[in-house]
Amino acid sequence: MPYLGSEETVKELKRALSNPNVQSDRLRYRNVILRVIRFMTQGLDMSPLFMEMVKAGASVDIVQKKLVYLYMCTYAKLKPDLTLLAINTLRKDCADPNPMVRGLALRNMCNLRMPGITEYIQQPVLTGLRDKASYVRRVAVLGCAKMRNLQPDAEIDGTVVNELYGLLRDPDPVVMVNCLRALEEILKAEGGVVINKPIAHHLLNRLKDLDAWGQSETLGFLLRYRPRDDTELFDILNLLDGHLQGGDSAVTAATLRLFLQLASGHPTVQADALVRARGPLLATCTASSRELRFTGLCHVQRVLRSLPAQFSPDYKKFFCSYSEPGYIKFRKMEILVELVNDDNVVLVLEELQAYCTDVSPELAQAAIFAVGRIGRTYSERGLAILTGLLGLRQEHITSAVVQTFRDLVWLCPQSTACVCQAIAGCEEIIQDSDGKQALIWLLGMHGDQISGAPYILEDYIDSLKTELSTLVKLELLTAMTRLFLSRPAETQDMLGRLLHFCIEEETDMCVRDRALFYHRLLRCGVEETRQVLGGPKSDPSLGLIAGRPEEPINNWAAHFNTLEPVSSSGSVVAGIGCDGAALPTLGGSDGTTHSAANCTLAVQEASEDLCSGLPEEATSFNLTLGPALTPEAFEKLWLELETFQTVSLPCSEPSSQPETLQAALQLVQIQALAFSRPGSVPWKAYLYAHGSETIILAELLCGPGSDEDRLLVTVKQEPRDEKVQRGFLSVLETVLQTLSSFLW
Amino acid sequence: MISQVFILSSKGDHLIYKDFRGEATTDAINVFYQMVTALPGDQPPVVMTREGLHFIHIRQGGLYCVATTTTNASPFTIIEFLNRLAALIKDYCGSLSEKSVRMNFALIYEMLDEMLDYGYIQTTSTDILKNFIQTEAVSSKPFSLFDLSNVGLFGAETQQSRVTPSASASRPIMSSRGDQVRKNEIFVDVVERLTVVIGANGVLMKVDIQGEIKVKCYLPTCSEMRIGLNEEFSVGKSQQRGYGAAVRVDECNFHQAVRLDEFDSYRILKICPSQGEQTVMQYQLCDDLPSAPPFQLFPTVERDKSDRLLIYLKLRCDLPPKSMSQELSSPDQRAELQPSSKAVHWEISRFPGGAQLSALFKLEVPGLSAASLLEVGPVSMSFELPKHTCTGLQIRFLRLTPVQPNPSPRWVRYVTHSDSYTIRI
Repeated sequence: MPYLGSEETVKELKRALSNPNVQSDRLRYRNVILRVIRFMTQGLDMSPLFMEMVKAGASVDIVQKKLVYLYMCTYAKLKPDLTLLAINTLRKDCADPNPMVRGLALRNMCNLRMPGITEYIQQPVLTGLRDKASYVRRVAVLGCAKMRNLQPDAEIDGTVVNELYGLLRDPDPVVMVNCLRALEEILKAEGGVVINKPIAHHLLNRLKDLDAWGQSETLGFLLRYRPRDDTELFDILNLLDGHLQGGDSAVTAATLRLFLQLASGHPTVQADALVRARGPLLATCTASSRELRFTGLCHVQRVLRSLPAQFSPDYKKFFCSYSEPGYIKFRKMEILVELVNDDNVVLVLEELQAYCTDVSPELAQAAIFAVGRIGRTYSERGLAILTGLLGLRQEHITSAVVQTFRDLVWLCPQSTACVCQAIAGCEEIIQDSDGKQALIWLLGMHGDQISGAPYILEDYIDSLKTELSTLVKLELLTAMTRLFLSRPAETQDMLGRLLHFCIEEETDMCVRDRALFYHRLLRCGVEETRQVLGGPKSDPSLGLIAGRPEEPINNWAAHFNTLEPVSSSGSVVAGIGCDGAALPTLGGSDGTTHSAANCTLAVQEASEDLCSGLPEEATSFNLTLGPALTPEAFEKLWLELETFQTVSLPCSEPSSQPETLQAALQLVQIQALAFSRPGSVPWKAYLYAHGSETIILAELLCGPGSDEDRLLVTVKQEPRDEKVQRGFLSVLETVLQTLSSFLW
Repeated sequence: MISQVFILSSKGDHLIYKDFRGEATTDAINVFYQMVTALPGDQPPVVMTREGLHFIHIRQGGLYCVATTTTNASPFTIIEFLNRLAALIKDYCGSLSEKSVRMNFALIYEMLDEMLDYGYIQTTSTDILKNFIQTEAVSSKPFSLFDLSNVGLFGAETQQSRVTPSASASRPIMSSRGDQVRKNEIFVDVVERLTVVIGANGVLMKVDIQGEIKVKCYLPTCSEMRIGLNEEFSVGKSQQRGYGAAVRVDECNFHQAVRLDEFDSYRILKICPSQGEQTVMQYQLCDDLPSAPPFQLFPTVERDKSDRLLIYLKLRCDLPPKSMSQELSSPDQRAELQPSSKAVHWEISRFPGGAQLSALFKLEVPGLSAASLLEVGPVSMSFELPKHTCTGLQIRFLRLTPVQPNPSPRWVRYVTHSDSYTIRI
């Protein structure tokens, strides 16, 4: 790195290092070396001093040695030839009577990442594996891994691998853990270290000797082990039980992950483990280290996905502290929304209400969206708070409240009257385009209930020239046309002006096209326009779909205690906001509105029928969406497998849109891969599902070969399981019948 | 496994950089600093990812301690490790600050070399590490006995205010062999962090106490220490309260090394403390506070005729008068308006128990309306109560066995910090 005077510095240090007077004075010598390291840390290139530093390494002063080794490891890549000079000193140190010197030399020799070093380190490493000092053995074991990674193309040395497997029984616990780590790296290509039954049991028995770091890492390796039967499984779980509630958060998290994965076939055991790990998890959420607190919160969110009631009694732990940074507060609010129930809703809302007036606009808006989400279930209380907030007449608050209103009205029609009363006057305060869009949408959709709606919209039309946002303009066009349908007398003139402006003067193609579209539509006739724009004014069913169903634990168990829950947090602010904003686009501004809304309606009704109509047999097994199959993989599997059964179901080709069928199937955890175009002959569809560790592939055929009102289903399964297959067919039949009986 | 560890100052200076696996370049530091500074808010997310390299960092003492990794490692482990690294630096260098890290970089490199090998954690125990660490710490402040006079005001972690640490407990655990005599001290600290929310009507909405007993030991060898807690100490919600003022906590957990064979009957913790600081016991108490919260606030917010906002605050400390036997002279106070955070900052340097303070703030607010009054608040207090624990936990005795030939000074200190003390208006 070019740095003012860096060449001068190097020269001066070089002079000092080779000065015999300095060399003879231990303290002065060390101080010069310290300066070299300091410059190195700052990013200056100190490699020209390599020669002098190597010489300094041949000292009895162990502190000096360590500093020089640090230097050599940094620059060895740049000066491979000079590094070889140091090898001899290092090899000599490897035979030093002091184990500390031996270990130090061996560790640093293995850290010299330069080509051709392997031949020099091989012998010392192998000797080190049998050293009587555990400190040296620890270093040597990891040395094997380093050696392997220096020449990744070479063949794996079987003797080293065997020796490492043998060292798993080493009395020193760190040597044991290092062996696991080294084997994992050496055998990476073969899938890592093998954990068979004896090794697994050995590791479990040694667990108590390890420190917290070793424990959490070993628990990670044990994830790979699958117990033979339930007796063994429960023995292991009993053994691990103590670690679930230990003091260390890393160990608790690692143990919980192992519990969840080992017991993946026993949902009750999993739930029980989560209940018992509740205390320690909560403790991390209130830890004094903010970073740990954040990690804890992210993991609690995962748990809540499957057990929403788990943390409800502890809701007060998730109240935000004044001093907490924003990213923790956002998480806590998300959690509060999840765990609300009849008992705590009053206090949670009261708490969230206090955040709504926070100094930070982002936080305040997030709190308002959170109140809105709770309002979907507890609409009266939510509305009371939200309408109260409008009184503050603050720009960011009003905007967020109106956006929340829009979502509420769409999802809970009973709140419409209250919202329509409340939004009067908001137009003067809202300045941002998100808020404007929401307000305009509300005015267009429910203009019949808001007496001043046309005049508010007229103001927007008048200021259209200065409006920058395309989305606001599009929204305005739709709202105006809609309002024209319900209040033609007042709006005819302004709609004309709006369309005229957008067609003649607007430069944005999108807006222009939309205006032309409405213009032509209106020319077709009012009734036609009403058909296109009418649609339902709200959709309560959507709320139920948006409120997630409880997810199976296995969906997230694999990612527990990894970086995934923590880093997927990218846009926390957007998390709450988007959710609200994404919904209304369905009911929003384009011509396909009502068919899309109808689709969801249909699906919802279908799913309700399904839930009630499922035969007993079908509920006794679980289908999961599981890992997705690519079309290629599906095709391969389809060709490989033999037909398990072909049945003919008494239902016709579903007359619905493919999206509807797909959504309906997903509700019962069946994934649809491909469909023929509706109405084509023959009509085909390919589906698959995972269930009880088998995969089921199915083809639906309706066409010339068969009767018009029968559907031929070909099922293939791997491995075969009669019960699951029967269940699958009955679920499928129910779905298809429900869909075809549904009137479009 | 960890690929690199580095420590940056808040201005982005490289203080420590060690590469363990050669998987990423030195450039990672600059990449990290750019990401951290580009993010909005007071503190960016803990984990960031760029081109397959995950950056996990903690912020302590104004420094960024960062670990990078290419694998999908356990975030708990890495964050705990970084916290432990920070604690060790504090132990060995006396304090964790840009200055102490700069002065002791050789020692920290030595420590990192022993703690991690090829990115795998080897050991973080002070007892083991001290055998390997040869560099002597350079302490930024000379130790002076006069500092012991304000033993109560030591610096545990508060989020808002950093109280000046008393130098006695913030010095390196190992320093030059010359002055061993005065170093054989043991500090046992009972630290409680208090989170309180009081509603507008004065009702206590939430109380949460996170407490810990920390032992900071300067003894080179200590065979066993016995810490006696209150005899009436009880754990769990179900236990019946006796007639006396029982000290109760909801949950508590102990350090691995604590032996609890006498805990059930005599409430004695036995531990062989290693040099440096360790948390012996952690406990929590929720909702059910044995005494009233330490401060009560009686706020009134009004609008006067000339459209000024009047905030009248009356603050009362409900602790027994002698509990803060600081001078009772009129406390020097300051108050200022901080436009950036839209807050009035009222600073009271000392507040004796049983006392009451009042303040009237008049604020000129342009465009004040009746609705704006709703926006005022909440009041948030941060304070430190020396010699006081809200749970009532006390240490009955502290015994070292075998009895040392020249008795070493033992200090027991209590402090309560406000983690977050919020009063709604």
